[in-house]
Amino acid sequence: MTAASRRTGGPSSTARLSLRRSRQLQGIAYATPTIVLVAVFFILPLLLVGRMSVSDWSLLSGDRGINFPDNFAEITPNRLFWPAVVFTIEYTLLVTVLLVGLGLGLALLVQEGGRYVGGLRTIFLLPVAVGLASASLLFWGLYSPSIGPIGPVLQQMGLTSEPISFLGTPLAALLSTTFLIVWKFAGLYMLILLVGLQAIPREVYEAAAVDGASRSQTLRRITLPLLRPSLALALILCITGSLLAFDQFFILTKGGPNNSTVTVVQLIYREAFQRQNLGTAAALSIIVLIVLLALNVVQFRGLRSPDKA
Amino acid sequence: MRDFRKTLMVAMGTTAITVGLFAGPLGVAAQDDAWQGVDDGTTVTMWTRAATQARSQALVDAYNASHQNQIELTVVPTDDYQAVVGAAAGSNSLPDLFSADVVFMPNWTSQGLFTDITDKIASLPFIDQVGPAHIDASTWDGKKYGLPFVIDLSVWMYNKELFRQAGLDPEKPPTTLAEFDAAARAVDALGGDINGTFFGGSCGGCNVFTWWPISWADGEPVMNPEGTESYLNSETMRTIYSTFRALHEDGITAPGTQEEQGPTWTGFFPQGNIGIMPMPASLQGMANDNLKDEDIGVTQIAGINGGQSTFVGGDSIGISRDSKVADQAWSFLAWMLGDEAQVEVVAKGGNVVARTDLADNQYSSADPRLVLFNSVAGVGETPFALNFGQTYNDPQGPWLVLLYDALFGDASLIDADNDAINDSLQP
Repeated sequence: MTAASRRTGGPSSTARLSLRRSRQLQGIAYATPTIVLVAVFFILPLLLVGRMSVSDWSLLSGDRGINFPDNFAEITPNRLFWPAVVFTIEYTLLVTVLLVGLGLGLALLVQEGGRYVGGLRTIFLLPVAVGLASASLLFWGLYSPSIGPIGPVLQQMGLTSEPISFLGTPLAALLSTTFLIVWKFAGLYMLILLVGLQAIPREVYEAAAVDGASRSQTLRRITLPLLRPSLALALILCITGSLLAFDQFFILTKGGPNNSTVTVVQLIYREAFQRQNLGTAAALSIIVLIVLLALNVVQFRGLRSPDKA
Repeated sequence: MRDFRKTLMVAMGTTAITVGLFAGPLGVAAQDDAWQGVDDGTTVTMWTRAATQARSQALVDAYNASHQNQIELTVVPTDDYQAVVGAAAGSNSLPDLFSADVVFMPNWTSQGLFTDITDKIASLPFIDQVGPAHIDASTWDGKKYGLPFVIDLSVWMYNKELFRQAGLDPEKPPTTLAEFDAAARAVDALGGDINGTFFGGSCGGCNVFTWWPISWADGEPVMNPEGTESYLNSETMRTIYSTFRALHEDGITAPGTQEEQGPTWTGFFPQGNIGIMPMPASLQGMANDNLKDEDIGVTQIAGINGGQSTFVGGDSIGISRDSKVADQAWSFLAWMLGDEAQVEVVAKGGNVVARTDLADNQYSSADPRLVLFNSVAGVGETPFALNFGQTYNDPQGPWLVLLYDALFGDASLIDADNDAINDSLQP
């Protein structure tokens, strides 16, 4: 019976086909929720934004027809556009250097086991659990000259005679917001880099020690090269997040003083909800999306491990 | 047969007389009541912004308690209100009733978000006594779309105790901008944590609300009537800027003046250490351990040369274009401006009434400050501009740039900044 089946290729090949088909259906069933979520919450909105970007689309009156390329042509003459681009880049550079640098420092600090290491890791990671909007509101209160405690405490300690204006000048507003972001996210980057550090085999360090490598040589020749994938992830997350900065400036500075802390995403918000022009807001969003995609491709290529190049 | 005809004619005559006797008065009565709208137990949806929640909620609660219709009120965070209304307008799902900051009304009426209620407004028996500012701001192309809902006025408030300590007469508040300046400096000289005055240096809306009336008091408009040309670089406005700039540079203002973006600007005066500053005309929640009720002095905002004025702000309200129950929604609007609601809800809560004939009522007569609040509305103005929000309220708008340059930066840029305002005002 079995031999006959084999000869005809009948029941067993049918069974294999049926099994394959069943597995395919199973796979599709597993993937369907994700496909639906991605389609509803990413593909469709993206298509809608694409359509808006080439339309005269008012927040209150809705779609009034295609007007390409007017929305894109309106972007660069906007008096806030280039200052916002420059500020966003400045902020991104500042925050990226500080966050990745501090994250690496903290990761190296808590890399080895020890009596207080567990507690330190928890302390560094705690601010990550606070929502960005909540943290921004908290710092707004701390910085406030009327209700904030920092100014009076510094005055009572005799460190300053005048109330400190944490958000009153462009530089102070940038540094105060940067401090919030570093406090909030340093623990996250510590965690990402700590995972990378702990993936480096101990034998490599032992071999370096046997060869008489100094600490700085070990860091430059072993730790950093082998940390490349984690550093790449940290840089991509940090640069992308900083280029999309909105909440912290919206709550802390509202783009002030004198429009000195307006980011590109704030500009998108302003076009959509203050000027009620969803068309130009969508056009600006498309440009930001393209820039981010290009930047991520460049970053991935630049940071790819040499052996995979 | 003749008897039958006679009987028929008598019957018809009697019927005609009966109908004439009863239907006439009934008909008139029905017509008389028409202005009150329909109260048939319908649920009417309504949105308002959080900034005026307390006063909106009080009116809605009183209406629901006395009517078959029930208002379902949704309070939207103030900063999100424009976006939420915009999204609802885009999907044709606006509530039956919704209020709006009065300065946004021209924009929203021009975009067709409200139902034309010109005839309904005209039918109100007390329409001549309703303050005209909100109705004017809600009129587009000769059609009326809104009524005053919550009235918010600006006044100068001063601390009588600090005035006494500084040797000033607490019963003689300033009547010019120069006297305001002198009073602030005198109080500030008391030293310690006492400050002469305060203003929102990074808040466009605050200074529209409190400084434009100084110019109006001198008879100087800040824009043309169409709201397309700004006069915010006038000599009068320059004097206002330089006065407050000097107060800030000389340290007369409280710490935080330059940074204040708006959310907490009214919280400074109740702390009891500010001599005099512009404030919204409301005593609700003002008195506390640091500031006794009897020490809160109020006076009209004065001009450089005297005079008086105020910004008639607050919220207007109208029936949305999407409402299917406009007559029931109107029932709330008509009731809201009636004697009972204005006196027993609005005035009783210590707020400004929308009707001039009710300014002097049993609650306001107990406190002369409330009489002043109600009377000052008659000398105030509500500015009109189609692009008001994006020009004056937007944190990235050109008005805030002018303010920054005039108060803290390069004052020679005022003319250029005013040109940017003019650009933004163009429809």
